Amino acid sequence: MDIKQISVFLENKKGRLAEVTGILAKEGINIRALALADTAEFGILRLIVNDTDKAVDVLKDNNFVAQKTDVIAVEIEDKPGGLSLILKIFDENGINIEYMYAFVEKKANNAIVIFKIDDQKKAIESLKKNNISLLTNDILKSL
Amino acid sequence: MIWDQKHETMDEAGRKKLQGERLSALIKRAYGSVPFYKKKMDELGVKPEDIKGIEDITKLPFLTKTDMRDIYPYGLVAVPLKDIVEIHTSSGTTGTPVVDAYTINDIKIWGEVMARTLAMGGTTSEDTVQNAYGYGLFTGGLGVHYGARTIGANVIPISGGNTLRQLKTMQDFKSTVLTCTPSYSLMLAEIGKEKGIDFKKLPLKVGFLGAEPWSDGMRREIEEKLNIMALDIYGLTEIIGPGVAAECECKKGLHIFDDHFYPEIIDPETGEVLPHGQKGELVFTTLTKEGSPVIRYRTRDITFLIPEKCECGRTSIRMHRILGRTDDMLIIRGVNVFPSQIEEVLMELEGTEPHYQIIVERTGQLDSIEVQVEMTDKLFSDEIKNLEKEEKEIEGALYSALNVHAKVTLVEPKKIPRSEGKAKRIIDKRKI
Repeated sequence: MDIKQISVFLENKKGRLAEVTGILAKEGINIRALALADTAEFGILRLIVNDTDKAVDVLKDNNFVAQKTDVIAVEIEDKPGGLSLILKIFDENGINIEYMYAFVEKKANNAIVIFKIDDQKKAIESLKKNNISLLTNDILKSL
Repeated sequence: MIWDQKHETMDEAGRKKLQGERLSALIKRAYGSVPFYKKKMDELGVKPEDIKGIEDITKLPFLTKTDMRDIYPYGLVAVPLKDIVEIHTSSGTTGTPVVDAYTINDIKIWGEVMARTLAMGGTTSEDTVQNAYGYGLFTGGLGVHYGARTIGANVIPISGGNTLRQLKTMQDFKSTVLTCTPSYSLMLAEIGKEKGIDFKKLPLKVGFLGAEPWSDGMRREIEEKLNIMALDIYGLTEIIGPGVAAECECKKGLHIFDDHFYPEIIDPETGEVLPHGQKGELVFTTLTKEGSPVIRYRTRDITFLIPEKCECGRTSIRMHRILGRTDDMLIIRGVNVFPSQIEEVLMELEGTEPHYQIIVERTGQLDSIEVQVEMTDKLFSDEIKNLEKEEKEIEGALYSALNVHAKVTLVEPKKIPRSEGKAKRIIDKRKI
Protein backbone atom coordinates (compact mmCIF):
# COMPACT_ATOMS: atom_id res chain seq x y z
CA MET A 1 0.00 0.00 0.00
CA ASP A 2 2.98 2.25 0.49
CA ILE A 3 3.89 4.61 -2.30
CA LYS A 4 7.52 5.46 -2.96
CA GLN A 5 8.25 9.14 -2.88
CA ILE A 6 11.66 10.72 -3.46
CA SER A 7 12.89 13.34 -1.00
CA VAL A 8 15.73 15.60 -2.10
CA PHE A 9 17.78 18.03 -0.03
CA LEU A 10 18.09 21.45 -1.64
CA GLU A 11 19.73 24.67 -0.60
CA ASN A 12 17.29 27.53 -0.68
CA LYS A 13 19.03 29.23 -3.59
CA LYS A 14 18.22 30.37 -7.07
CA GLY A 15 18.24 27.63 -9.68
CA ARG A 16 18.39 24.60 -7.40
CA LEU A 17 14.91 23.32 -8.28
CA ALA A 18 15.55 23.92 -11.96
CA GLU A 19 18.67 21.77 -11.75
CA VAL A 20 16.74 18.84 -10.30
CA THR A 21 13.93 19.01 -12.84
CA GLY A 22 16.53 19.45 -15.60
CA ILE A 23 18.36 16.27 -14.58
CA LEU A 24 15.08 14.30 -14.46
CA ALA A 25 13.96 15.68 -17.83
CA LYS A 26 17.24 14.68 -19.46
CA GLU A 27 16.79 11.12 -18.21
CA GLY A 28 13.19 10.97 -19.46
CA ILE A 29 11.72 10.74 -15.97
CA ASN A 30 8.22 12.10 -15.61
CA ILE A 31 7.14 13.92 -12.46
CA ARG A 32 3.61 12.92 -11.33
CA ALA A 33 3.42 15.15 -8.29
CA LEU A 34 5.69 17.50 -6.42
CA ALA A 35 5.78 19.51 -3.23
CA LEU A 36 8.43 21.69 -1.68
CA ALA A 37 8.89 22.38 2.01
CA ASP A 38 11.36 25.08 2.87
CA THR A 39 13.07 27.15 5.52
CA ALA A 40 15.12 30.29 4.92
CA GLU A 41 18.23 28.22 4.17
CA PHE A 42 17.19 24.87 2.80
CA GLY A 43 14.28 22.93 1.47
CA ILE A 44 13.09 19.40 0.95
CA LEU A 45 11.71 18.58 -2.45
CA ARG A 46 9.21 15.71 -2.48
CA LEU A 47 8.51 14.00 -5.76
CA ILE A 48 6.41 11.18 -7.13
CA VAL A 49 7.87 10.02 -10.44
CA ASN A 50 7.30 7.22 -12.93
CA ASP A 51 10.70 5.58 -12.26
CA THR A 52 11.69 6.04 -8.63
CA ASP A 53 14.88 3.94 -8.59
CA LYS A 54 16.31 5.55 -11.69
CA ALA A 55 15.48 9.03 -10.40
CA VAL A 56 17.29 8.38 -7.11
CA ASP A 57 20.32 7.04 -8.98
CA VAL A 58 20.66 9.96 -11.38
CA LEU A 59 20.18 12.50 -8.60
CA LYS A 60 22.87 10.81 -6.50
CA ASP A 61 25.19 10.74 -9.50
CA ASN A 62 24.73 14.49 -9.66
CA ASN A 63 25.75 14.90 -5.99
CA PHE A 64 22.28 15.37 -4.52
CA VAL A 65 21.19 13.72 -1.30
CA ALA A 66 18.06 11.87 -2.44
CA GLN A 67 16.16 9.20 -0.56
CA LYS A 68 13.10 7.06 -1.03
CA THR A 69 10.36 7.65 1.53
CA ASP A 70 7.18 5.63 2.12
CA VAL A 71 3.98 7.65 1.84
CA ILE A 72 0.36 6.74 1.17
CA ALA A 73 -1.84 7.96 -1.66
CA VAL A 74 -5.62 8.27 -1.43
CA GLU A 75 -7.97 8.99 -4.30
CA ILE A 76 -10.85 11.26 -3.32
CA GLU A 77 -13.68 12.82 -5.22
CA ASP A 78 -12.85 16.30 -6.49
CA LYS A 79 -15.75 17.98 -4.70
CA PRO A 80 -16.38 19.90 -1.44
CA GLY A 81 -15.90 17.69 1.62
CA GLY A 82 -13.67 15.15 -0.13
CA LEU A 83 -10.56 15.85 1.88
CA SER A 84 -12.49 16.62 5.05
CA LEU A 85 -13.80 13.06 5.12
CA ILE A 86 -10.30 11.57 5.15
CA LEU A 87 -8.96 14.02 7.73
CA LYS A 88 -11.92 13.25 9.98
CA ILE A 89 -11.03 9.55 9.92
CA PHE A 90 -7.44 10.34 10.83
CA ASP A 91 -8.54 12.65 13.60
CA GLU A 92 -10.92 10.14 15.12
CA ASN A 93 -8.19 7.49 15.13
CA GLY A 94 -5.56 9.77 16.63
CA ILE A 95 -3.39 9.69 13.51
CA ASN A 96 -0.88 12.48 13.09
CA ILE A 97 -0.02 13.79 9.60
CA GLU A 98 3.60 14.82 9.10
CA TYR A 99 2.83 16.49 5.78
CA MET A 100 0.56 16.16 2.76
CA TYR A 101 0.09 17.45 -0.77
CA ALA A 102 -2.48 16.90 -3.50
CA PHE A 103 -2.87 16.83 -7.26
CA VAL A 104 -5.78 16.31 -9.66
CA GLU A 105 -5.98 13.23 -11.81
CA LYS A 106 -6.60 13.81 -15.50
CA LYS A 107 -8.72 10.78 -16.46
CA ALA A 108 -11.25 10.45 -13.67
CA ASN A 109 -11.31 14.02 -12.42
CA ASN A 110 -10.49 12.80 -8.95
CA ALA A 111 -7.99 14.36 -6.57
CA ILE A 112 -5.10 12.35 -5.28
CA VAL A 113 -3.73 13.21 -1.86
CA ILE A 114 -0.30 12.08 -0.68
CA PHE A 115 0.13 11.71 3.08
CA LYS A 116 3.22 11.17 5.18
CA ILE A 117 2.10 9.78 8.50
CA ASP A 118 4.12 8.78 11.54
CA ASP A 119 2.15 5.54 11.95
CA GLN A 120 1.55 4.57 8.34
CA LYS A 121 0.21 1.08 9.18
CA LYS A 122 -2.47 2.41 11.51
CA ALA A 123 -3.52 4.98 8.91
CA ILE A 124 -3.90 2.33 6.24
CA GLU A 125 -6.03 0.14 8.54
CA SER A 126 -8.36 2.94 9.52
CA LEU A 127 -8.87 4.00 5.90
CA LYS A 128 -9.64 0.43 4.90
CA LYS A 129 -12.17 0.08 7.71
CA ASN A 130 -13.98 3.09 6.21
CA ASN A 131 -13.88 1.54 2.72
CA ILE A 132 -11.48 4.11 1.37
CA SER A 133 -9.14 2.63 -1.20
CA LEU A 134 -5.50 3.40 -1.38
CA LEU A 135 -3.56 3.78 -4.58
CA THR A 136 -0.67 1.46 -5.33
CA ASN A 137 2.59 2.34 -7.01
CA ASP A 138 1.42 0.66 -10.21
CA ILE A 139 -1.84 2.59 -10.43
CA LEU A 140 -0.08 5.82 -9.68
CA LYS A 141 2.51 5.23 -12.39
CA SER A 142 -0.15 4.38 -14.97
CA LEU A 143 -2.12 7.57 -14.44
CA MET B 1 59.84 -0.39 22.44
CA ILE B 2 62.08 2.35 23.85
CA TRP B 3 65.01 3.03 21.51
CA ASP B 4 67.18 5.16 23.80
CA GLN B 5 66.51 4.02 27.39
CA LYS B 6 69.02 6.44 28.85
CA HIS B 7 67.64 9.64 27.33
CA GLU B 8 63.99 8.69 27.04
CA THR B 9 63.53 7.58 30.65
CA MET B 10 65.81 10.06 32.50
CA ASP B 11 64.61 11.36 35.85
CA GLU B 12 63.54 14.99 36.06
CA ALA B 13 66.67 16.29 37.76
CA GLY B 14 68.99 14.54 35.33
CA ARG B 15 67.00 15.81 32.38
CA LYS B 16 67.04 19.41 33.62
CA LYS B 17 70.77 19.25 34.27
CA LEU B 18 71.47 17.88 30.78
CA GLN B 19 69.21 20.49 29.17
CA GLY B 20 70.94 23.27 31.12
CA GLU B 21 74.43 22.13 30.14
CA ARG B 22 73.43 21.79 26.51
CA LEU B 23 71.71 25.18 26.45
CA SER B 24 74.69 26.90 27.99
CA ALA B 25 77.05 25.35 25.41
CA LEU B 26 74.64 26.19 22.59
CA ILE B 27 74.47 29.85 23.56
CA LYS B 28 78.26 30.12 23.74
CA ARG B 29 78.51 28.62 20.24
CA ALA B 30 75.75 30.75 18.79
CA TYR B 31 76.95 34.01 20.37
CA GLY B 32 80.50 33.38 19.19
CA SER B 33 79.81 32.38 15.62
CA VAL B 34 76.40 33.72 14.51
CA PRO B 35 76.43 37.56 14.21
CA PHE B 36 72.62 37.55 14.11
CA TYR B 37 72.37 35.97 17.61
CA LYS B 38 75.17 38.16 19.01
CA LYS B 39 73.38 41.30 17.83
CA LYS B 40 70.02 40.18 19.26
CA MET B 41 71.50 39.22 22.62
CA ASP B 42 73.55 42.41 22.82
CA GLU B 43 70.38 44.43 22.20
CA LEU B 44 68.79 42.73 25.21
CA GLY B 45 71.99 43.02 27.27
CA VAL B 46 72.27 39.23 27.72
CA LYS B 47 75.71 37.61 27.83
CA PRO B 48 76.44 33.89 27.23
CA GLU B 49 77.62 33.57 30.87
CA ASP B 50 74.14 34.64 32.05
CA ILE B 51 72.79 31.33 30.74
CA LYS B 52 73.71 28.80 33.43
CA GLY B 53 70.67 26.53 33.59
CA ILE B 54 67.62 25.70 31.50
CA GLU B 55 65.48 28.16 33.50
CA ASP B 56 67.63 31.01 32.11
CA ILE B 57 66.18 30.36 28.64
CA THR B 58 63.51 33.02 29.20
CA LYS B 59 66.24 35.70 29.13
CA LEU B 60 66.91 34.94 25.47
CA PRO B 61 65.33 36.64 22.47
CA PHE B 62 62.77 34.91 20.24
CA LEU B 63 63.43 33.90 16.66
CA THR B 64 60.62 34.28 14.11
CA LYS B 65 60.02 32.96 10.64
CA THR B 66 60.52 36.49 9.31
CA ASP B 67 63.96 36.61 10.97
CA MET B 68 64.88 33.34 9.29
CA ARG B 69 63.83 34.69 5.91
CA ASP B 70 65.76 37.91 6.43
CA ILE B 71 69.00 36.03 6.96
CA TYR B 72 68.48 33.56 4.13
CA PRO B 73 70.37 31.47 3.12
CA TYR B 74 73.25 30.96 5.59
CA GLY B 75 72.52 33.52 8.31
CA LEU B 76 72.07 30.97 11.10
CA VAL B 77 75.00 28.73 10.23
CA ALA B 78 77.34 28.39 13.20
CA VAL B 79 80.09 26.22 11.69
CA PRO B 80 82.46 26.65 8.72
CA LEU B 81 80.51 25.84 5.53
CA LYS B 82 82.87 22.93 4.79
CA ASP B 83 81.37 21.17 7.84
CA ILE B 84 77.84 21.35 6.42
CA VAL B 85 76.98 18.02 4.78
CA GLU B 86 73.32 18.51 3.86
CA ILE B 87 70.81 21.27 3.27
CA HIS B 88 67.01 21.17 3.49
CA THR B 89 64.57 24.00 2.99
CA SER B 90 60.88 24.57 3.49
CA SER B 91 58.70 24.64 0.38
CA GLY B 92 58.69 28.43 0.34
CA THR B 93 55.06 28.55 -0.79
CA THR B 94 54.43 31.53 1.47
CA GLY B 95 57.66 33.40 0.71
CA THR B 96 61.42 32.93 0.93
CA PRO B 97 62.14 29.38 2.08
CA VAL B 98 63.76 28.75 5.46
CA VAL B 99 67.00 26.77 5.52
CA ASP B 100 68.18 23.95 7.75
CA ALA B 101 71.92 23.17 7.43
CA TYR B 102 73.19 19.92 8.96
CA THR B 103 76.64 18.80 10.08
CA ILE B 104 77.46 15.10 10.07
CA ASN B 105 76.63 15.04 13.79
CA ASP B 106 73.25 16.73 13.16
CA ILE B 107 72.43 14.01 10.64
CA LYS B 108 73.41 11.39 13.20
CA ILE B 109 71.11 12.97 15.80
CA TRP B 110 68.35 13.16 13.19
CA GLY B 111 68.71 9.41 12.62
CA GLU B 112 68.58 8.83 16.38
CA VAL B 113 65.43 10.89 17.05
CA MET B 114 63.71 9.32 14.05
CA ALA B 115 64.75 5.87 15.31
CA ARG B 116 63.10 6.76 18.64
CA THR B 117 60.00 7.80 16.66
CA LEU B 118 59.78 4.60 14.61
CA ALA B 119 60.50 2.44 17.68
CA MET B 120 57.47 4.01 19.40
CA GLY B 121 55.24 2.03 17.04
CA GLY B 122 57.33 -1.12 17.45
CA THR B 123 59.58 -0.81 14.39
CA THR B 124 62.65 -3.09 14.54
CA SER B 125 65.31 -4.32 12.09
CA GLU B 126 62.79 -7.00 11.04
CA ASP B 127 60.48 -4.41 9.50
CA THR B 128 59.99 -3.08 6.00
CA VAL B 129 59.31 0.65 5.98
CA GLN B 130 57.40 2.00 3.00
CA ASN B 131 58.44 5.65 3.11
CA ALA B 132 55.87 7.64 1.15
CA TYR B 133 57.05 11.05 2.32
CA GLY B 134 58.61 13.06 -0.48
CA TYR B 135 62.38 12.77 -0.92
CA GLY B 136 64.24 15.95 -1.76
CA LEU B 137 64.51 19.34 -0.12
CA PHE B 138 61.46 18.45 1.98
CA THR B 139 62.66 16.93 5.27
CA GLY B 140 60.03 14.18 5.49
CA GLY B 141 61.56 11.63 3.11
CA LEU B 142 65.17 11.68 4.27
CA GLY B 143 64.26 12.12 7.94
CA VAL B 144 62.32 8.85 7.99
CA HIS B 145 65.01 7.28 5.81
CA TYR B 146 67.79 8.05 8.32
CA GLY B 147 65.65 6.79 11.21
CA ALA B 148 64.87 3.51 9.47
CA ARG B 149 68.55 3.10 8.60
CA THR B 150 69.56 3.73 12.21
CA ILE B 151 67.20 0.97 13.33
CA GLY B 152 68.41 -1.29 10.55
CA ALA B 153 64.97 -1.75 9.03
CA ASN B 154 64.52 -2.30 5.30
CA VAL B 155 63.46 1.05 3.87
CA ILE B 156 61.62 1.36 0.57
CA PRO B 157 62.29 4.95 -0.60
CA ILE B 158 59.16 5.10 -2.76
CA SER B 159 58.57 8.81 -2.01
CA GLY B 160 55.15 10.46 -2.35
CA GLY B 161 52.44 9.96 -4.96
CA ASN B 162 51.76 7.26 -7.57
CA THR B 163 49.07 5.55 -5.53
CA LEU B 164 48.77 2.39 -7.64
CA ARG B 165 52.50 1.77 -7.39
CA GLN B 166 52.30 2.35 -3.62
CA LEU B 167 49.61 -0.31 -3.35
CA LYS B 168 51.50 -2.77 -5.53
CA THR B 169 54.72 -2.20 -3.55
CA MET B 170 52.88 -2.67 -0.29
CA GLN B 171 51.65 -6.09 -1.46
CA ASP B 172 54.77 -7.27 -3.30
CA PHE B 173 57.33 -6.29 -0.65
CA LYS B 174 55.03 -6.93 2.32
CA SER B 175 55.56 -3.51 3.90
CA THR B 176 54.90 -3.51 7.63
CA VAL B 177 55.38 0.21 8.32
CA LEU B 178 53.87 3.09 6.37
CA THR B 179 55.08 6.69 6.60
CA CYS B 180 53.10 9.43 4.85
CA THR B 181 50.62 12.22 5.55
CA PRO B 182 47.33 11.18 7.23
CA SER B 183 45.28 12.33 4.25
CA TYR B 184 47.43 10.29 1.88
CA SER B 185 46.98 7.19 4.05
CA LEU B 186 43.22 7.59 3.64
CA MET B 187 43.63 7.93 -0.10
CA LEU B 188 45.63 4.68 -0.15
CA ALA B 189 42.82 3.05 1.84
CA GLU B 190 40.12 4.27 -0.53
CA ILE B 191 41.87 3.46 -3.80
CA GLY B 192 43.00 0.15 -2.31
CA LYS B 193 39.42 -0.73 -1.48
CA GLU B 194 38.31 0.14 -5.00
CA LYS B 195 41.01 -2.17 -6.34
CA GLY B 196 39.72 -4.98 -4.13
CA ILE B 197 42.64 -5.02 -1.67
CA ASP B 198 41.80 -6.53 1.71
CA PHE B 199 44.07 -4.65 4.14
CA LYS B 200 43.33 -7.23 6.82
CA LYS B 201 45.33 -9.71 4.77
CA LEU B 202 48.37 -7.41 4.42
CA PRO B 203 51.15 -7.41 7.04
CA LEU B 204 51.01 -3.60 7.38
CA LYS B 205 50.82 -2.87 11.12
CA VAL B 206 51.66 0.74 11.87
CA GLY B 207 51.58 4.16 10.22
CA PHE B 208 53.65 7.20 11.25
CA LEU B 209 51.58 10.04 9.96
CA GLY B 210 52.38 13.73 10.09
CA ALA B 211 53.16 16.95 8.24
CA GLU B 212 49.55 18.15 8.49
CA PRO B 213 47.00 18.54 11.30
CA TRP B 214 44.51 15.73 11.86
CA SER B 215 42.07 14.55 14.50
CA ASP B 216 41.29 11.49 16.62
CA GLY B 217 38.23 10.86 14.47
CA MET B 218 40.45 10.70 11.40
CA ARG B 219 42.79 8.35 13.29
CA ARG B 220 39.94 5.92 13.95
CA GLU B 221 38.99 6.00 10.28
CA ILE B 222 42.58 5.32 9.16
CA GLU B 223 43.06 2.55 11.72
CA GLU B 224 39.86 0.84 10.70
CA LYS B 225 40.30 1.15 6.94
CA LEU B 226 43.99 0.21 6.78
CA ASN B 227 43.88 -2.18 9.75
CA ILE B 228 46.91 -0.50 11.37
CA MET B 229 47.86 1.53 14.42
CA ALA B 230 48.12 5.18 13.35
CA LEU B 231 50.56 7.40 15.24
CA ASP B 232 51.04 11.14 14.96
CA ILE B 233 54.53 12.51 14.35
CA TYR B 234 55.58 16.14 14.49
CA GLY B 235 58.46 18.11 13.13
CA LEU B 236 59.39 21.18 11.17
CA THR B 237 62.16 22.15 8.81
CA GLU B 238 63.32 25.02 11.03
CA ILE B 239 64.10 22.61 13.90
CA ILE B 240 65.30 19.42 12.15
CA GLY B 241 62.40 18.02 10.12
CA PRO B 242 60.40 15.05 11.44
CA GLY B 243 61.74 13.69 14.73
CA VAL B 244 60.89 16.59 17.03
CA ALA B 245 58.01 14.77 18.76
CA ALA B 246 56.01 11.57 18.28
CA GLU B 247 53.20 9.58 19.81
CA CYS B 248 53.87 6.32 21.59
CA GLU B 249 51.40 3.42 21.59
CA CYS B 250 49.43 5.04 24.44
CA LYS B 251 48.34 7.77 21.98
CA LYS B 252 48.09 10.31 24.78
CA GLY B 253 50.07 13.18 23.36
CA LEU B 254 53.37 13.38 21.50
CA HIS B 255 56.65 12.80 23.37
CA ILE B 256 58.99 15.69 22.64
CA PHE B 257 62.64 14.64 22.36
CA ASP B 258 63.42 17.37 24.83
CA ASP B 259 67.04 16.42 25.42
CA HIS B 260 67.55 17.83 21.91
CA PHE B 261 64.58 20.15 21.35
CA TYR B 262 63.48 22.19 24.33
CA PRO B 263 59.82 23.29 24.21
CA GLU B 264 58.09 26.31 25.74
CA ILE B 265 54.52 27.53 25.42
CA ILE B 266 54.02 31.28 25.16
CA ASP B 267 51.14 33.68 24.87
CA PRO B 268 51.28 34.62 21.16
CA GLU B 269 50.24 38.19 21.95
CA THR B 270 52.61 39.04 24.82
CA GLY B 271 55.43 36.48 24.49
CA GLU B 272 54.98 35.55 28.15
CA VAL B 273 55.81 31.91 29.02
CA LEU B 274 52.66 30.03 30.07
CA PRO B 275 52.41 27.28 32.69
CA HIS B 276 52.10 23.62 31.63
CA GLY B 277 48.62 22.72 30.53
CA GLN B 278 47.79 26.15 29.17
CA LYS B 279 47.22 26.56 25.43
CA GLY B 280 49.56 28.82 23.50
CA GLU B 281 52.23 29.06 20.83
CA LEU B 282 54.88 26.35 20.79
CA VAL B 283 58.50 27.57 20.91
CA PHE B 284 61.57 25.38 20.33
CA THR B 285 65.28 25.64 21.07
CA THR B 286 67.61 23.11 19.44
CA LEU B 287 69.89 22.23 22.35
CA THR B 288 72.38 20.12 20.40
CA LYS B 289 72.27 21.39 16.85
CA GLU B 290 75.58 22.45 15.31
CA GLY B 291 74.83 23.44 11.71
CA SER B 292 72.05 26.00 12.07
CA PRO B 293 71.17 26.26 15.76
CA VAL B 294 67.76 27.65 16.54
CA ILE B 295 67.05 29.59 19.74
CA ARG B 296 63.47 30.10 20.91
CA TYR B 297 61.89 29.68 17.50
CA ARG B 298 58.22 30.62 17.40
CA THR B 299 56.55 27.81 15.47
CA ARG B 300 53.12 29.46 15.22
CA ASP B 301 51.66 26.06 16.14
CA ILE B 302 49.19 26.07 19.01
CA THR B 303 49.23 23.32 21.64
CA PHE B 304 49.84 22.72 25.34
CA LEU B 305 52.40 20.67 27.28
CA ILE B 306 51.66 17.59 29.38
CA PRO B 307 54.32 17.16 32.09
CA GLU B 308 52.90 14.01 33.77
CA LYS B 309 54.81 10.79 33.24
CA CYS B 310 53.42 8.61 30.45
CA GLU B 311 52.27 5.02 31.01
CA CYS B 312 54.85 3.86 28.45
CA GLY B 313 57.68 4.65 30.87
CA ARG B 314 59.16 7.56 28.93
CA THR B 315 59.77 10.65 31.05
CA SER B 316 60.09 13.20 28.25
CA ILE B 317 57.52 15.98 28.27
CA ARG B 318 54.56 15.51 25.95
CA MET B 319 52.55 17.93 23.86
CA HIS B 320 48.92 17.61 22.79
CA ARG B 321 48.50 17.15 19.04
CA ILE B 322 48.63 20.51 17.28
CA LEU B 323 45.35 22.37 17.86
CA GLY B 324 45.87 24.95 15.15
CA ARG B 325 48.08 27.73 13.91
CA THR B 326 48.39 31.21 15.30
CA ASP B 327 47.78 32.31 11.69
CA ASP B 328 44.41 30.58 11.40
CA MET B 329 43.31 31.10 14.96
CA LEU B 330 40.11 33.11 15.00
CA ILE B 331 39.24 35.35 17.88
CA ILE B 332 35.46 35.37 18.16
CA ARG B 333 34.10 37.59 20.91
CA GLY B 334 37.35 37.18 22.79
CA VAL B 335 37.39 33.39 22.49
CA ASN B 336 40.15 31.64 20.56
CA VAL B 337 38.64 29.33 17.97
CA PHE B 338 40.60 26.87 15.84
CA PRO B 339 39.23 25.21 12.71
CA SER B 340 40.65 21.91 13.99
CA GLN B 341 38.23 22.00 16.94
CA ILE B 342 35.31 22.26 14.54
CA GLU B 343 36.66 19.37 12.49
CA GLU B 344 36.99 17.28 15.66
CA VAL B 345 33.32 17.88 16.55
CA LEU B 346 32.11 16.95 13.06
CA MET B 347 34.17 13.74 13.09
CA GLU B 348 32.69 12.80 16.46
CA LEU B 349 29.04 13.28 15.48
CA GLU B 350 27.08 10.54 13.79
CA GLY B 351 26.35 11.28 10.15
CA THR B 352 28.45 14.38 9.60
CA GLU B 353 31.61 14.48 7.51
CA PRO B 354 34.60 16.75 8.02
CA HIS B 355 33.80 18.94 5.05
CA TYR B 356 33.04 22.35 6.42
CA GLN B 357 33.63 26.01 5.89
CA ILE B 358 33.65 28.74 8.50
CA ILE B 359 32.25 32.15 7.68
CA VAL B 360 32.99 34.94 10.10
CA GLU B 361 31.05 38.17 9.98
CA ARG B 362 30.69 41.22 12.12
CA THR B 363 27.30 42.82 12.61
CA GLY B 364 27.64 46.06 14.54
CA GLN B 365 30.18 45.24 17.23
CA LEU B 366 29.36 41.56 17.41
CA ASP B 367 31.21 38.77 15.65
CA SER B 368 29.26 35.81 14.41
CA ILE B 369 30.38 32.50 12.97
CA GLU B 370 28.49 30.34 10.58
CA VAL B 371 29.66 26.79 10.03
CA GLN B 372 28.52 25.27 6.77
CA VAL B 373 28.20 21.50 6.97
CA GLU B 374 27.51 19.22 4.05
CA MET B 375 24.34 17.15 4.03
CA THR B 376 24.95 13.39 3.93
CA ASP B 377 22.73 10.37 3.33
CA LYS B 378 22.97 9.52 7.01
CA LEU B 379 22.02 12.97 8.17
CA PHE B 380 19.12 13.46 5.80
CA SER B 381 15.50 13.21 6.78
CA ASP B 382 12.54 14.18 4.64
CA GLU B 383 11.04 16.21 7.44
CA ILE B 384 12.04 19.82 8.08
CA LYS B 385 11.69 19.46 11.84
CA ASN B 386 14.25 16.65 11.94
CA LEU B 387 16.75 18.64 9.90
CA GLU B 388 16.29 21.64 12.13
CA LYS B 389 16.83 19.39 15.14
CA GLU B 390 20.06 18.14 13.62
CA GLU B 391 21.28 21.68 13.05
CA LYS B 392 20.57 22.40 16.70
CA GLU B 393 22.44 19.26 17.78
CA ILE B 394 25.54 20.22 15.78
CA GLU B 395 25.29 23.74 17.18
CA GLY B 396 25.11 22.32 20.71
CA ALA B 397 28.16 20.08 20.16
CA LEU B 398 30.09 23.02 18.68
CA TYR B 399 29.15 25.23 21.60
CA SER B 400 30.46 22.76 24.16
CA ALA B 401 33.75 22.47 22.26
CA LEU B 402 34.27 26.14 21.35
CA ASN B 403 32.50 28.01 24.16
CA VAL B 404 31.07 30.35 21.59
CA HIS B 405 27.88 30.04 19.61
CA ALA B 406 28.25 29.06 15.96
CA LYS B 407 25.31 28.97 13.60
CA VAL B 408 25.13 25.78 11.57
CA THR B 409 23.88 25.78 8.00
CA LEU B 410 23.35 22.56 6.09
CA VAL B 411 24.52 22.71 2.49
CA GLU B 412 24.30 20.29 -0.43
CA PRO B 413 27.01 17.62 -0.81
CA LYS B 414 30.25 18.55 -2.61
CA LYS B 415 29.34 22.24 -2.40
CA ILE B 416 32.33 23.00 -0.18
CA PRO B 417 35.46 23.22 -2.32
CA ARG B 418 37.83 20.24 -1.97
CA SER B 419 41.50 20.87 -1.97
CA GLU B 420 44.51 18.62 -2.45
CA GLY B 421 46.69 20.50 -0.02
CA LYS B 422 45.69 23.10 2.47
CA ALA B 423 41.93 23.50 2.36
CA LYS B 424 40.42 26.96 2.53
CA ARG B 425 38.38 26.58 5.66
CA ILE B 426 37.80 30.14 6.72
CA ILE B 427 36.12 33.04 5.02
CA ASP B 428 36.61 36.06 7.24
CA LYS B 429 34.30 38.84 6.09
CA ARG B 430 35.04 41.09 9.06
CA LYS B 431 36.41 44.50 8.24
CA ILE B 432 38.42 45.52 11.27
